[in-house]
Amino acid sequence: MSEQRGGGGCGPMDRRQVLRMIAGGGGLLLVGCYPRGKGPEAAEHYWGYAVDTTRCIGCCACMRACRAENDVPRGSYRTWVERYRIAADGEVSVDVALDDDHVFAPVSTPSVKALFVPKLCNHCEKSVCSQVCPVGATYRTADGVVLVDHKHCVGCGYCVQACPYGTRFINPVDHTADKCTLCYHRITRGLQPACVQACPKQARIFGDLKDPRSSINTILRQRRYRLLRPDLGTHPKCYYIGLDREVV
Amino acid sequence: MGFVFPNEVNVTWTVMIVLYPYITGLVAGAFIVSSLFHVFGRNELRTVARFSLASAFVFLLFAPLPLLIHLGRPERALNIMVTPNFSSAMAGFGFIYSVYLLLVILEIWFVMRGEFIARAKGKGLIALLCRAILLGNLEENEATRAADHKLARFLAGLGIPLACLLHGYVGFLFGSLKANPWWSTPLMFVIFIFSAIVSGISVLIFHYNLVCRLNRWPIDQRCLRSLGRYLWGFMIIAVALELLEVMSIAYKQTHEWEILSELVGKRLFVSYVVLQFLVFSLVPFLLLAASTLLKLRDEVANTLSWIAATMLLGQVLLMRWNVVIGGQLMSKSFRGFTSYFPGLWEKEGLITAAVIFTLPFIILYVFHRIVPLFPLAAAETKE
Repeated sequence: MSEQRGGGGCGPMDRRQVLRMIAGGGGLLLVGCYPRGKGPEAAEHYWGYAVDTTRCIGCCACMRACRAENDVPRGSYRTWVERYRIAADGEVSVDVALDDDHVFAPVSTPSVKALFVPKLCNHCEKSVCSQVCPVGATYRTADGVVLVDHKHCVGCGYCVQACPYGTRFINPVDHTADKCTLCYHRITRGLQPACVQACPKQARIFGDLKDPRSSINTILRQRRYRLLRPDLGTHPKCYYIGLDREVV
Repeated sequence: MGFVFPNEVNVTWTVMIVLYPYITGLVAGAFIVSSLFHVFGRNELRTVARFSLASAFVFLLFAPLPLLIHLGRPERALNIMVTPNFSSAMAGFGFIYSVYLLLVILEIWFVMRGEFIARAKGKGLIALLCRAILLGNLEENEATRAADHKLARFLAGLGIPLACLLHGYVGFLFGSLKANPWWSTPLMFVIFIFSAIVSGISVLIFHYNLVCRLNRWPIDQRCLRSLGRYLWGFMIIAVALELLEVMSIAYKQTHEWEILSELVGKRLFVSYVVLQFLVFSLVPFLLLAASTLLKLRDEVANTLSWIAATMLLGQVLLMRWNVVIGGQLMSKSFRGFTSYFPGLWEKEGLITAAVIFTLPFIILYVFHRIVPLFPLAAAETKE
């Protein structure tokens, strides 16, 4: 009996050995098939975005650049600029330049404080949109960008509901979820996102959070910043410098 | 209107997403009524046991239709089962739905096997269809009847947690979205389960009354009164939970309440406060209380419970509307509101919704033509 078992593995296997092999092989197969996303440590870059609200002048060149670069349909927005006006009595009014030319309407009422706040996808580290996508069409790349696979998205809109920042929409042309990609087609070729390149005041800063000498890391070290809705635990990677408490 | 984020001007989830939880609620509620007879031995519900099972089946058949119409890319719908992302609550839909549909089909098969056999022995298209449903096995005796009964009972028992899962899951889809304070409450899935039971019992009372009146069948008074009592009990729990939900948010006075109070007090005042609670909850509550507690003539009690059931069908539909649409009217900027009312003829409009809601009743009628759903009532009339 012992000779048969210790026959160097060349002899006929008993039923238990066969079952063990099947179980082991199946286990390996399962482990191999398990989708393991590469963590940030595996990527060369880890992209982040900062908005210096003290520099933004509300020219909306970023909105026009984004629309042109990404063929964003009218009525939908991958990025926009909000204008906050705070009156002496504390009343806050907010508006957006939504017309085709993206120019803010002139105002006559006085305000004691006003600021412009560009908005876009926050490419959260714990993105709710990729958590709730039922088919896995929304995903995070190893370099920290949240993207949508438009050929796989079913257009259910669950991600639109889940995003706390209102940055997602269902594209009326291809009927799938759409949002800012940080111009992934550009940044992977060493270029800046279109909105960053178009900004005349360098209010939009894009860069590699892994690179200690990058412009984004420099400004985050030097200035105080805030995140949008940090209470939700999404860990946004869009950092706002000089943000007023009125901004959500 | 205030300020809404520019992508929120148009709501994403339309009346189709109102209809989807409404129909799944009818499924879960009707199934639970059939299980009260098959599992818990509530013999007074025998008259509607088969009808409730068939109702659950036809509503279940059409439950995914509003979803399919709503999907931007319906041709990719099966991606939800082919490449499910299990971190998403929605990914469970395909599996829960398929298992539940299979269970309901099997239960119908075992519960109604005797009737299918009787029809299969005749001639014509329906006989041929029944033979196909029975897979050619027309054998029936004491042993097969006992086995069918045992299996049907087992499936009915298994179906109760599945029915709760199917509908609790729909509530969870909303309750788990932390971005929306109108939805994000752990009470949401419990509310959905109880309102599902309310709508399921209501549709049975409504339909049973209607069918009996149209066919001049005698109404099984014991059965209807029992259904009325269940409806009264479940509607009290459902409405109490709905009130508790909004009261707990109001009492906490968080910063979210600043916008939610405007949602409740202004934007949804008519559909939520006036219609859902004051009219469509309070009136049925009083009507059911009267029909249950007072010694009324049968005809009066039946009419009261019929009116109450019809109103509660409206109440649950209003609740779905106020949850699904109400939650989207409020901007995530917490600074303003958008507006929505479905068009009549658009793809996701009112006509489409009406057609989707009518289809299960047509299929139920076809079902009844194949296998009578009220054999007891029909037999009594003949006698």
